[in-house]
Amino acid sequence: MNRPLRIGTPRAALLAALLAAAAVPATLTAQAVDRTRPPALGSAPTLRLLPVQTATLPNGLVLAVVEMHKVPVVDVSLVVDAGSVDDPADLPGLATFTANMLDEGAGRRSALEISEEADFLGADLSTGAGFDVASVSLHVPKRQLGPALDLMADVVLRPVFADSEITRQRDLRRTQILQQRDQPVAMAALAFPAIVFGSQHPYGRPLGGTEASTALLDRAQVAQFYRTYYRPQNTKLLIVGDITLAEAQALVAARFGSWARETTPAAPPPAAPAAPAARTIFLVDKPGAAQSVIRIGNVGVPRSSADFFPLQVLNTILGGSFTSRLNQNLRETHGYTYGANSQFAMRRMAGPFQAGASVQSAKTDSSLIEFMRELRRIRDEAVPQAELDKAKAYITLGLPGDFETTQAAAGRYRDLLAYGLPLDYYASYMERINAVTAADVQRVARQYVDLDHFVIVVVGDRSQIEAGIRALSEGPISIRDLWGQEIH
Amino acid sequence: MTRRVRTVAGLAVLLLACTLPARLSAQALHVPYTTFTLPNGLKVIVHEDHSVPILTVNTWYHQGSGDERPGRTGFAHLFEHLMFMGSQHVPTGQFDQLLEAAGADNNGSTTEDRTNYFEDGPANALPLMLYLDSDRMGFMLPEITPEKVDLQRGVVQNERRQSYENQPYGLAEENILKRLYPAGHPYNWPVIGSMADLSAATIEDVRRFSRTYYTPTNATMVIGGDVNPAEVRRQVERWFRAIPRGPVVTRRPAPPFTLAADVYATIEDHVQLPRVYNAWHTVRAFAPNDAALSVLADVLAGGKASRLYRRLVYEMQIATNVSAYHDALRLDGSFRLSTTARPGHDLNELERVVNEEVRRIAETGPTPREVERVVNQTEAQFLDRMERVGSFGGKADQLAYYDYFVGTPDYFQADLDRYRHVTAADVQRVARDYLLRRHRVVLSVVPQGKTELAATQPGGTQ
Repeated sequence: MNRPLRIGTPRAALLAALLAAAAVPATLTAQAVDRTRPPALGSAPTLRLLPVQTATLPNGLVLAVVEMHKVPVVDVSLVVDAGSVDDPADLPGLATFTANMLDEGAGRRSALEISEEADFLGADLSTGAGFDVASVSLHVPKRQLGPALDLMADVVLRPVFADSEITRQRDLRRTQILQQRDQPVAMAALAFPAIVFGSQHPYGRPLGGTEASTALLDRAQVAQFYRTYYRPQNTKLLIVGDITLAEAQALVAARFGSWARETTPAAPPPAAPAAPAARTIFLVDKPGAAQSVIRIGNVGVPRSSADFFPLQVLNTILGGSFTSRLNQNLRETHGYTYGANSQFAMRRMAGPFQAGASVQSAKTDSSLIEFMRELRRIRDEAVPQAELDKAKAYITLGLPGDFETTQAAAGRYRDLLAYGLPLDYYASYMERINAVTAADVQRVARQYVDLDHFVIVVVGDRSQIEAGIRALSEGPISIRDLWGQEIH
Repeated sequence: MTRRVRTVAGLAVLLLACTLPARLSAQALHVPYTTFTLPNGLKVIVHEDHSVPILTVNTWYHQGSGDERPGRTGFAHLFEHLMFMGSQHVPTGQFDQLLEAAGADNNGSTTEDRTNYFEDGPANALPLMLYLDSDRMGFMLPEITPEKVDLQRGVVQNERRQSYENQPYGLAEENILKRLYPAGHPYNWPVIGSMADLSAATIEDVRRFSRTYYTPTNATMVIGGDVNPAEVRRQVERWFRAIPRGPVVTRRPAPPFTLAADVYATIEDHVQLPRVYNAWHTVRAFAPNDAALSVLADVLAGGKASRLYRRLVYEMQIATNVSAYHDALRLDGSFRLSTTARPGHDLNELERVVNEEVRRIAETGPTPREVERVVNQTEAQFLDRMERVGSFGGKADQLAYYDYFVGTPDYFQADLDRYRHVTAADVQRVARDYLLRRHRVVLSVVPQGKTELAATQPGGTQ
């Protein structure tokens, strides 16, 4: 084969450009615009919120509808209080497994028939669970909404949980757990919460279970969990898209109206998270890794926190945007990583605060120095006004874009339903962000970025990185496996 | 964005209800636009969508990794990173700072065929976006320093580590490409490039690349959202008209080739389970058999109802997953099929089933319902892509894509029609002509030291 052909030599290209430049009429260059400063912008548009309409079925099922008629599609989310917080302590993974089993045979259809029918309708039908809630989601062209809801109702109300399917999915899950060892990011996602919360707290246990707990899953446990928690008064149904409340009520009542309510046991209050220990570095060995995955943090706040808005601003400045301090420092100043970030995962109970990045192995210690520098600085110094203003503008002016598509809007409203927030929450969102001061940001940084008790997880090639980390003297080093357990 | 015909003013996309009862295909997709071209060659496409007060500016430069020269793989993408590092009137870092302070997001991407840059933000941010985009189009080169190149080289090398080297099976793609496409073919190497080539890139490469490709003459800009076309034109002329023309770039065509024999190869990786990749040389995007090959991929491996999922994962339970797609690019294409073994199974067991199913569909074809299922899904995906104006894959990005690939920005319905016209006989024919009767690359990725799990060439098949 030929060597690649060049598209003209560089000299020719340059010449062409010069000739072209010379040909630009003088009148145009004479009108050159002022580039010395960015152009002034007109006033920003206001957020136009669509109303959330609600209705409650006699069995207690709450229905919320947001009409969006731009495109003939409908997005349906069913949210059930059946998250992994309800897992028995010795059976982590039961909630997610139960959710995954819903569409593995339901009503008259087998697992493959459900999938085939959804595909044939052009529908996306999926099931899953997180820590706080389980969900069944449907996204479908409007004209197929009826039959797609029939399918969804089968999945929610009439799952079969056949032994053969339980066995099949259990085996697949064991393989997936095995494959987590291939991915340093997945390993960090297991080890970090296990160490921060401890195994006595539901947020410290793996959502997808362990090898041991997966082996114990059977039909009786799945059916029992389903019967206990999947109940209409425990459930909210959000429909966003090309539909009216009246249409939605008729469709939903016909399919979910007969769902029997049954008292759900109040979950016992979970054990408190593990008491925070002095800052420690937990090293998870991944021989041959090209990068180290760093996760630094502590127990953060619940979604109900009164400090939600200052925390949004804090996190945007620290690691929640491209120009955030962590990303600017580790990526744009030092080039140690493709990206660094931070987040407060807010749930019904306090979730983790976490800062992190995947960094070049040889720069693991250097990266930790920069992480610690930024995490100290956000506590020690008040944020300059311009940086504060930028973060607030980024959050508030970006909000309209979150309501552009049915799925994005559904995500925003699902949060309100899952966390019991008022449905007009976003009407005051911008105002509350704009009220945050530099003093607020520093206060919440000092309160929730718990420098002295950080859990620092590093998943990487121990032989390359341990000596450098040790030399930092940021804390003792503990060697852990991917489950966060100590290796002796 | 899109409104139904029955609704009133401000219609962006018209979805015309027809009367076909059973299928989703009852809508006509239409994304109206206006267009103008500046004297320097910059083509501008404007699409109004007033549903949400946001806008997007999405600029496509018609150059990608396929235009790189030997020894400089990954350069188009490295250059993309440099485009965010400041220009003559915008100091380093200010590009992102100014946009975020205006509530806007931005990003860029590089493929084999093109590089694009977009800003998404509130509707009042248009002048800022155009100021920044015009400054980096017309005034970036004097500001590029060896230090900036070194810094972004470091970032890109970490992108390669994060997204390829530190990912299980992450090096499969480059190992397929170099065996599938001959040396000299523009798709012979991956967009990310090699570490060595990234290390070798110089500031002189940056200058050359910029002068050749980063000119208004080689760019198309789509502006979409809550905008006024007259104001858009006024602003674009204001910021871009003084930028000089560049050379007219003609992309080198992909040299025709056929694989003369099956190519078997094995690499070892830090993985628990072996995976086998099959790659066949096919046709470019929008060529006559492109859509049928896409449908074939989904009949074989799209979702649990697909033939290979059913057999490999569900019934025989020898694989954890299976996937297939038609990778149709602007100059050429390939059909990809991969599957991962469960513990205790080797890749020859999986390949045997793959080969059986390829032969079966090539000999007897899919059922009409299988084809209809895939086409219905495709139609639903087309509808979803009508919901968003900005970002990757939004309407603005699609207008730029169609404009570049087929020369008609509003090609949405025509594109969908290609799929709607695919028949079971078409799927059978392309399975026969492009899979069964052609040679392929079979790449096994196995755990370290487990080469006995790799797929081996069967004697005398096909």
